[in-house]
Amino acid sequence: MITLTVDGRTVEAKNGEMILSVLRREGIHVPTLCHMDGLPPSGACRMCVVEVEGSPTLTPSCSFPVSEGMKIKTATPRVLEARRTIVKLLLANHPDDCLYCNSNGHCDLQKLAQDLGIRERVYRGPRRVQEMDMSSPAIVRDPGKCILCGRCVRMCEEIQSVAAIDFIGRGSRAKIGTAFDGGLNVSSCVNCGQCINVCPTGALSERCYIDEVIQALNDPEKMVVVQHAPSVSVSLAEEFGLPAGKDVDGQMVAALRRLGFDRVFDTSFSADLTIMEEGSELVHRVKTGGTLPMMTSCSPGWIKFIETFYPQLLPNVSTCKSPQQMLGALIKSFFAEREGVDPANIVSVSIMPCTAKKFECARPEMARNHVPDVDYVLTTRELGRLLHQFGVDVNALEPSPADTPFGERSSAGKIFGATGGVMEAAIRSAHYLITGKELDDLKIQPLRGLKGCKELHIEIDGLKLGAAVVSGLGNARKLLDEVVAGRNDLQFIEIMTCPGGCINGGGQPKNVDPEAVQARLKALYKIDRDAPLRTSHSNPWIQRLYKEYLGEPLGEKSHHLLHTHYTMRNIPMAQG
Amino acid sequence: MVTADIDNILNRHSGAGRDHLIPILQEVQEAEGYISPRAVAKIAEFLNLPASKIYGVATFYNQFRFHPKGRFHFMVCRGTACHVKGSQKVLDELTKQLKLEPGQTSRDRLFSLEVVACMGACGLAPVVSVNGEFYAKVTPRKLMEIIQECRQKEVVDV
Ligand code: SF4
Ligand code: SF4
Ligand code: SF4
Ligand code: FES
Repeated sequence: MITLTVDGRTVEAKNGEMILSVLRREGIHVPTLCHMDGLPPSGACRMCVVEVEGSPTLTPSCSFPVSEGMKIKTATPRVLEARRTIVKLLLANHPDDCLYCNSNGHCDLQKLAQDLGIRERVYRGPRRVQEMDMSSPAIVRDPGKCILCGRCVRMCEEIQSVAAIDFIGRGSRAKIGTAFDGGLNVSSCVNCGQCINVCPTGALSERCYIDEVIQALNDPEKMVVVQHAPSVSVSLAEEFGLPAGKDVDGQMVAALRRLGFDRVFDTSFSADLTIMEEGSELVHRVKTGGTLPMMTSCSPGWIKFIETFYPQLLPNVSTCKSPQQMLGALIKSFFAEREGVDPANIVSVSIMPCTAKKFECARPEMARNHVPDVDYVLTTRELGRLLHQFGVDVNALEPSPADTPFGERSSAGKIFGATGGVMEAAIRSAHYLITGKELDDLKIQPLRGLKGCKELHIEIDGLKLGAAVVSGLGNARKLLDEVVAGRNDLQFIEIMTCPGGCINGGGQPKNVDPEAVQARLKALYKIDRDAPLRTSHSNPWIQRLYKEYLGEPLGEKSHHLLHTHYTMRNIPMAQG
Repeated sequence: MVTADIDNILNRHSGAGRDHLIPILQEVQEAEGYISPRAVAKIAEFLNLPASKIYGVATFYNQFRFHPKGRFHFMVCRGTACHVKGSQKVLDELTKQLKLEPGQTSRDRLFSLEVVACMGACGLAPVVSVNGEFYAKVTPRKLMEIIQECRQKEVVDV
């Protein structure tokens, strides 16, 4: 421990700690732009400067370590003026588009200008007019609003190990883009949307389908149904200014009805179904000497990642469709038949924490007779906007249950929303399928928490099971390299594209406090703890679906509706 | 043949690390006249670097071009002497007349445009060169004539 002085107060700090982290602990808010928690500092933006006694220049607090006896001042006129100048310069060629910007109200740049009291445009550079990249079905880039902080580049490369984008050119021509500036759709981008979540401005956003959905809701010819993913009910509240981790499941269902959806279904139901199919597939692979370790297939960013970077491992990926696509397929088959509606007259919408789901629903394999199983995907953020447009206040509504026949879920399906949840749900059911008995304790602690890599080695009735859980594609890459190198103690691997899983998905509320993801996680665990129905195989509606329609897991109907295949993607620009 | 060129270059660098990126790019440009997407893909595989990174690094330097040169390759000097003598106007005029930005090549591959730092012909400022031939004390009028000349040559050749 060392001692230093901050704004005249004595403060303790760890040796080697950066000034910024000490200041934050002391409750001093220092603005940052390029800084990213958990990554080495890049020191590029200088927004975080402070005065250190004895140093002739201002010191960037994010990248300068504390030392014994250091005297720091965090808000002198010189410091504030320096910060103001940086913001003024950033605004010099900014489009000033706030009123029409998707980031209006939750933009870091806007907030900085506001906090620092900038009231006029001081420097007038030529506005940057640059073409937007609209090529991707999931991600929109508007370079005109980019302040070149580099966060998206670091996220894509250092956390996700995709490196689809980088700085192009330099000086006043510098911009962020893909190789040859060819557009995200022809790059190695996996549509994870993590770059959106770290972007301080409106330069990055999801491809928005709100207008299409509103149009469908107003079309009397159409039956419009909606499904909502497990993690949305624990994050939507944040779009209404409520604390992170508040579960608004029932209110959200009521709100979706207010919007005019004819049926509201729960994707956690098809998560239960996924467990039945995927669990059976695993047992089948183990018994018949199939390709192992089997890898989960519910996260579409991960699927594009393996198709691009590790095509030789595609036989390891479960053939199960993701819960979204399973439910989509059932809505336009079983449900349509039951209701006597032509599938072509059903508009199927899903609310997802995810931008990659927009890409997934547009994959050609996810349509039958040229009718896509899921028509539009809205992110949690988009649902928030849609509800605000329609004047629906989630908080004021009476909770209401989702609709039959896809409305009842077990909490095993619900915890799919967090890293480790699929594995935990799978092991609960595998134990039952193998031994005929439930686990003594359904909570499987080693699989819980936000850690990027978790492992569990257990024995069920003599059957050895090595299970690994990773989230974040950089972590996935490390594990895949081990598998390629011959590691063979694993039978089942769960991989989620986003660090922490869907609760931290690329479509979730952004610019939230760092504890938000943890709070969403806790909320899911609490739902599981209190749930009456905690295993997928005991969901009566799943049992009924098999009895009345599907037959058995891996049966012919399942094969046709619930399973898929993958494509090797030869993206010449995807080396890495 | 083109592929063979790149392969030869990469072979010469076998076992090389990332620090060889710039020399490799220079040799590829020397051999092919520009850095093509397939060249970047090959270098990416060879150095195990993302293509976006290679493109990013290459665009940081003015020396690399990403389009094949046109039949008539215009270079505009933006050195100090030429600048003083109004080379910015010359460049603006050329950009307008050729409908090209520096680094670009016209769709019909007839013209390409490049900006260089100093051609070492300061006495002739402002200087423009076409396929290595120098034009001294260039004015907008003169530019029109030069371009006209090129187009005529093209017609005669066909
Ligand atoms: S990015 Fe932020 S500052 Fe820029 S126009 Fe949008 S809201 Fe305004
Ligand atoms: S969506 Fe994901 S993969 Fe695509 S550019 Fe952003 S961070 Fe990279
Ligand atoms: S797009 Fe956003 S995150 Fe990326 S550099 Fe620009 S401002 Fe920063
Ligand atoms: S946050 Fe410290 S330099 Fe950018």
